[in-house]
Amino acid sequence: MIIKQLTVFLENKTGRLNEVSQLLGNAGINMSAMSLADTSEFGILRMMVSEPEKALSILKDAEFSARLTDVVCLNSPNEPGALARALDILSGEGVFIEYLYAYSMDNRSANIVLKPDNIQKCIEVLQSHKLELVKASDMYKI
Amino acid sequence: MRAVQTERLKETVRRIYHNVASYRQKMQNAGLVPNDIQSIDDLSKLPFTLKTDLRDNYPFGMFTVPMSEIVRIHASSGTTGKPTVVGYTRKDLNSWSEVVTRSLCMAGVHREDIVQVAYGYGLFTGGLGLHYGCENLGASVIPISGGNTEKQLQLMEDFGTTVLACTPSYSLFLAEELEAKGIKKENLKLRVGIFGAEPWTENMRKEIEAKLGIKAIDIYGLSEIIGPGVSCECEHQAGMHIMEDHFVPEIIDPETLQPLPAGEIGELVFTTITKEGIPLIRYRTRDLTRLNYEKCACGRTLVRMEKCKGRSDDMLIIRGVNVFPSQIESVLLEMSETAPHYLLIVEREGNLDTLKLMVEVQEQFFSDEIKVLEALRKKITHKIQSTLGISVDVKLVEPKTIERTAGKAKRVIDNRKL
Repeated sequence: MIIKQLTVFLENKTGRLNEVSQLLGNAGINMSAMSLADTSEFGILRMMVSEPEKALSILKDAEFSARLTDVVCLNSPNEPGALARALDILSGEGVFIEYLYAYSMDNRSANIVLKPDNIQKCIEVLQSHKLELVKASDMYKI
Repeated sequence: MRAVQTERLKETVRRIYHNVASYRQKMQNAGLVPNDIQSIDDLSKLPFTLKTDLRDNYPFGMFTVPMSEIVRIHASSGTTGKPTVVGYTRKDLNSWSEVVTRSLCMAGVHREDIVQVAYGYGLFTGGLGLHYGCENLGASVIPISGGNTEKQLQLMEDFGTTVLACTPSYSLFLAEELEAKGIKKENLKLRVGIFGAEPWTENMRKEIEAKLGIKAIDIYGLSEIIGPGVSCECEHQAGMHIMEDHFVPEIIDPETLQPLPAGEIGELVFTTITKEGIPLIRYRTRDLTRLNYEKCACGRTLVRMEKCKGRSDDMLIIRGVNVFPSQIESVLLEMSETAPHYLLIVEREGNLDTLKLMVEVQEQFFSDEIKVLEALRKKITHKIQSTLGISVDVKLVEPKTIERTAGKAKRVIDNRKL
């Protein structure tokens, strides 16, 4: 249930994001989701990609600081209140979320990528509440 | 002068040979005994002393008298955490006061003057060095030490300070503060500034002189040799007269280590010939300059050295603090197993030196969480500040951002116009 997220360190300067997307695009790697966290001086790019290991080595070869990070992805109904229910469960069980980003593919459901402080516990809590987690293999197919 | 130097050199060589094992070894390796030194002309036969010798003999191994004879200890920041330690006998303190007094006289300071000593007092030789020289001269000393700008300005105005002794950059800072407070230079009695401990330019001199309405005098010294007062400008401001009856200068080629003819630029080397506590033979200052043996317009024949033109090592002087890039590297090494590439950028903003540090975020540092990276940045900032004693602006950058020449990264960019 653990999904490998591709994480890249970016300085705040023009053209860096283009370079990342070009490198991955040329290698035929698809990006299904991304989020860019920024501070005044640098940014951290987090992505779901079709081939995380390959993407990592491509970026490293191009001298980017990149790594794979373990995250989980929750598939939630695309309806009002669904996210709140999931987050209530997690906080009720003492799982702390470092960051998250979400995207919806259609009208029925949305994917929520979560980076919890304790990933094993997070998975157990979500599963015991019968919430649907996206399998890594399914994620990479997108 | 040569006769005095010869006599004193012979005595110094004997003293060191018989009391400092490490230097005796160096002489023996060169096949020398004290009797081989018969004249000041033999000076170039003697082995050099390096800053590392002082560190290797930390703290008191280079002293040539028992501790009962040492009445004062000073220390300056070291490259690897260990400071450079020097000890003074009572006679050394008297000689030091004497050379500072002479420096002040050359600068036109006299016993009617009120001298505000705004160099730091403490382990640093600046404050106490100037202090005792002024007292010896008979001037009135205000031992205010560094910092506390409000009080500096208040006393300067209320006490009618006539002479200001501090780093040149601090004098400009004080000038700006005076301006900001609306205190006119005409309301002050300042007439002379004794500035040293850091490199400064002729343009800075013009600016200081214009803003404070004073004559800005350059004083030179280093704690290993004695402290401030090794050399100082006279009122003609045409090079710093070296007190060569105490400190014999040479200029060497830092590569070949051979003495250079008079007038050539090279590394300044000093031999102390009157010191008892820690006499040093052919101490390599790493400062680059040249010597002028012509008689000065003031009438003095003491050899003059030009403002230092740079260093023969990678040391930087930032706001009067000695900074070696290796210190930055050791701080970074404490945080990860391999030191990341880094670049130090020194700028002069207004009149204060600023230090920026760019650190490449390589894998060992990288995290997917902003707070971890922010914490890392703060930690590096704090560590460097506490190690160097000066503030630094740390910026995290991508790998390979920092330019490499022939595979080796450039460590320092000094954008100050010195």
